[in-house]
Amino acid sequence: MHLLAMATAAGLVPGSRTAFSAPLNDYELPPYGNVSLLHFTDCHAQLMPIYFREPSVNIGVGGSLSKPPHLVGKHFLKAYGISPGTKEAYAFTCLDFEHAAKIYGKVGGFAHLSTLVKKMRASRPGALLLDGGDSWQGSATSLWTNGQDMVDACKLLGVDVMTGHWEFTYGAERVKEVVDKDFKGKIDFLAQNVQTADFGDPVFKHYAIREINGIPVAIIGQAFPYTPIANPRYMTPDWTFGIQEDNMQQTVNEARAKGAAVIVLLSHNGMDVDLKMAGRITGIDAILGGHTHDGVPAPVVVKNAKGQTLVTNAGSNGKFLGVLDLDVKGGKVAGYRYKLLPVFSNLLDPDPEMEELIKKVRKPFEGKLAEKLAVTEGLLYRRGNFNGTFDQLILDALIEMKGADAAFSPGFRWGTSLLPGEAITMEHLMDQTAITYPQTTTTAMTGETIKAILEDVLDNLFNPDPYKQQGGDMVRVGRITYTCDLTQGYGKRIDNLALNGKRMEAGKKYKIAGWAPVAQGAKGEPVWEVVASYLREKQVISPRKLNEPKLIGVEGNLGIA
Amino acid sequence: MILQRRPFLKGIAAAFLVGLLRPVELLAATWNKTAFSAKTVMDAMMDAGYGGAADSTDIVLKVPDIAEDGSIVPVEVTSNIPGTVSMAIFAEKNPNPLVADFFFSDGAEPYVATHIKMAKTSTVRVAVKAGDKVYTTGKEIKVTIGGCGG
Repeated sequence: MHLLAMATAAGLVPGSRTAFSAPLNDYELPPYGNVSLLHFTDCHAQLMPIYFREPSVNIGVGGSLSKPPHLVGKHFLKAYGISPGTKEAYAFTCLDFEHAAKIYGKVGGFAHLSTLVKKMRASRPGALLLDGGDSWQGSATSLWTNGQDMVDACKLLGVDVMTGHWEFTYGAERVKEVVDKDFKGKIDFLAQNVQTADFGDPVFKHYAIREINGIPVAIIGQAFPYTPIANPRYMTPDWTFGIQEDNMQQTVNEARAKGAAVIVLLSHNGMDVDLKMAGRITGIDAILGGHTHDGVPAPVVVKNAKGQTLVTNAGSNGKFLGVLDLDVKGGKVAGYRYKLLPVFSNLLDPDPEMEELIKKVRKPFEGKLAEKLAVTEGLLYRRGNFNGTFDQLILDALIEMKGADAAFSPGFRWGTSLLPGEAITMEHLMDQTAITYPQTTTTAMTGETIKAILEDVLDNLFNPDPYKQQGGDMVRVGRITYTCDLTQGYGKRIDNLALNGKRMEAGKKYKIAGWAPVAQGAKGEPVWEVVASYLREKQVISPRKLNEPKLIGVEGNLGIA
Repeated sequence: MILQRRPFLKGIAAAFLVGLLRPVELLAATWNKTAFSAKTVMDAMMDAGYGGAADSTDIVLKVPDIAEDGSIVPVEVTSNIPGTVSMAIFAEKNPNPLVADFFFSDGAEPYVATHIKMAKTSTVRVAVKAGDKVYTTGKEIKVTIGGCGG
């Protein structure tokens, strides 16, 4: 690697700052090297431009403490040399979000992304477009078309290779149908870490070798390792997932033996898992990662026993396009440039062909999508380790509509944002809830069970070993308050559990409302219907008061804005 | 072209699996009631004849980091220790930690792939006997209630 390239990427030299704050509105990115890869991930089926507020709480513990991607707000700006008040600050952080959103407008949208992809391809002949997964889920139209709108949109966008996670929540058969029919001869769906549960036979191709300007480039796929744990296992009952390091190293070695000069891992591990893996698996040049929705402007360079691996993460919701340019000389990567381009919808003309497809997809649903349920007075968003205002709204609705003592809402990281004064439409509500297991539930739980659940989910987020994390956020709780000591280990982080200010009792039962059960056979009204009824009744939604735990042991943590 | 064995082998799968071990040998060994009823891993290892086992990197234990289903956790063990005669699996926090004890007759490859049931997150330990020496290794497997991811 060129030292300068590394220093620039790490934001260490003054030059990087100049480069970063250079105007992006013309999207002129000088080409470099001879192998280019374009990467987007976790678009969550957002075909239209949206607002998306980045988190103000994204805490790292253990080896991830205050390191990328666990930097937010002003700490983020400082680390990457971004000036406050700029459109880059708006794209990458939560700072001054409402104000900045009014100035810089919406982000993403497949028609705008398509224009940017075409622009990059024009200056980078042979470039491949990689989709890190979570493309088929997250919107009303994707749910109502069984993912078909996104399958068609991704094909039109020119995706070459993809891997998956939420795709699997449409069921194994649906995934195979798309891979074998729609994608055949066009898009390689890759996953080295999915096998049949009986004999351990591969379900998907592990890797693909594509030539770029005569250079053989291997792309390996890594699906989300904990899909059957984080999502319903009955969706893929005959498949087993996991991180599968041995198989990964074997796959890398095999691809090298077949002549690959460059090896890139298209990963849905989540960034902390990718960082650990990069230090343990040798021979991967770059990991283009997703799942944790971290918009990280510069790759993290990880050293391992035989060299080094670049680790990136390209945000979510169609907000970013990652551009990795490699200079390959003598069968080896000799230098690189990386840029994570925010997709500012106002600065890119929509691609007419993609715009046409999106119109066609939406047409049958226009009336339903546009229904105005209520008007929000405050900012609504989801992303953050412990709660978001839209989740608070869902919790408030569940408690009231179900007559529950308290409520749980899953720590999903997708879901768009709404500015104060905007109408909340059915489409917006579906952006937060469109899943294939949307049932609402009410369960009588003892105080002891409630504590056990909260401790369990906390450990999925804050276990010091990234391989034992699942990459979602903490389950949101309505009405229940607690303290959370992040210096402690499993089962010992939570204390002072209280309901409406009264200490909860271990043996007492409480009525808890929730949604998105992972167990098979759950019955209950879909969450969007419950929340829609609540919104129609309220008409005006006052700013939400966030219920978040009191954190202990996070002084000076750069993952808190 | 991806070839999966499942559709072809459904009917005869069982025959292949049984071939790995010699049932006669297994039956010949007496059921070690004391070891299988032991409540702690220390007692179970002692009672099964693996007491004081030394840590070894020659036992290769392949398990998931997080179990997809605590009731059927895949465990794969290979012993690279010459002269391996038996191999036991323990789930440390199960009510009865000893899960299985396998005996290998002369020349049998000391490799076992099985599924075990785990009550909660704990270390899975494997102990191996070779000659009159005993060895061990372990790895933590997390068992979680799931949901909420992504």
